[in-house]
Amino acid sequence: MASVPMEHALVLAAVLFALGLAGLLVRRNIIFMLMCLEIMFNAAGLAFVAAGARWAQADGQVMFMMILTVAAAEVAVGLALLLGFYHHFKTLDADAAEGMRG
Amino acid sequence: MNAVFYMASAVAVLTTLLAITRREAVHALLYLIVSLLAVALVFFTLGAPLIAALEVIVYAGAIVILFIFVVMLLNLGNAARTQERVWLPKGAWRAPGALALLLGGLLLYVLKQESRWMPVDRVVDVKEVARALFGPYVLAVEIASVLLLAGLIGAYYLVWRGPIRRPGRRD
Repeated sequence: MASVPMEHALVLAAVLFALGLAGLLVRRNIIFMLMCLEIMFNAAGLAFVAAGARWAQADGQVMFMMILTVAAAEVAVGLALLLGFYHHFKTLDADAAEGMRG
Repeated sequence: MNAVFYMASAVAVLTTLLAITRREAVHALLYLIVSLLAVALVFFTLGAPLIAALEVIVYAGAIVILFIFVVMLLNLGNAARTQERVWLPKGAWRAPGALALLLGGLLLYVLKQESRWMPVDRVVDVKEVARALFGPYVLAVEIASVLLLAGLIGAYYLVWRGPIRRPGRRD
């Protein structure tokens, strides 16, 4: 039986990435923006795994694990920033921090 | 099996679309979990069972739960109980639950078929990934550990309300 063509998996990755990017640009709530970042990381990892499956090599899966590490570190720092942001501004609206000092 | 891939892809795209358009963060997180489970099934059909398991364990199991912790943390106080009732009315879990059931059905189908049918020409199994990870990529693993340590220290510093004077703080 024929397996799934790599192009279809790549199209899925592209669609998911575009959805994450659109959400990141449209939403102003920081929780949603972090969620969209996770969606985009996930889509990038899907592209790696699809390419790795195409040539039946383990490298794509290794790269996915690296992306997983980056996503975990990013979400830890991002959520800590979010808590500090909420503590400071009493809101989760990213536009509340549009002004800079100094 | 290709049908499993396409159905899981459709569920992933649909739930991602629903996740980024919800008004309440908790609803979006419910849809995001289903989306990640669907992508895990896609990984399984692409011949990467280890990555499918990691997707469920780390993404759906750790990262999204961290999001839910933070959402809950930001809503303490007297209004929290009514707030939770507003967030999760009786029907809020139905659509994500139905989509997750669909994914579960697909997974059962895959597991039943697997003895006769391979998802791709060759499954890259855990052994092979581990050989690559601790062979040519061992330096990347070390760098990843440093990155996680930096994330840990950074997150700890950012939420620390200690005696350090912060220059940009307006109280």
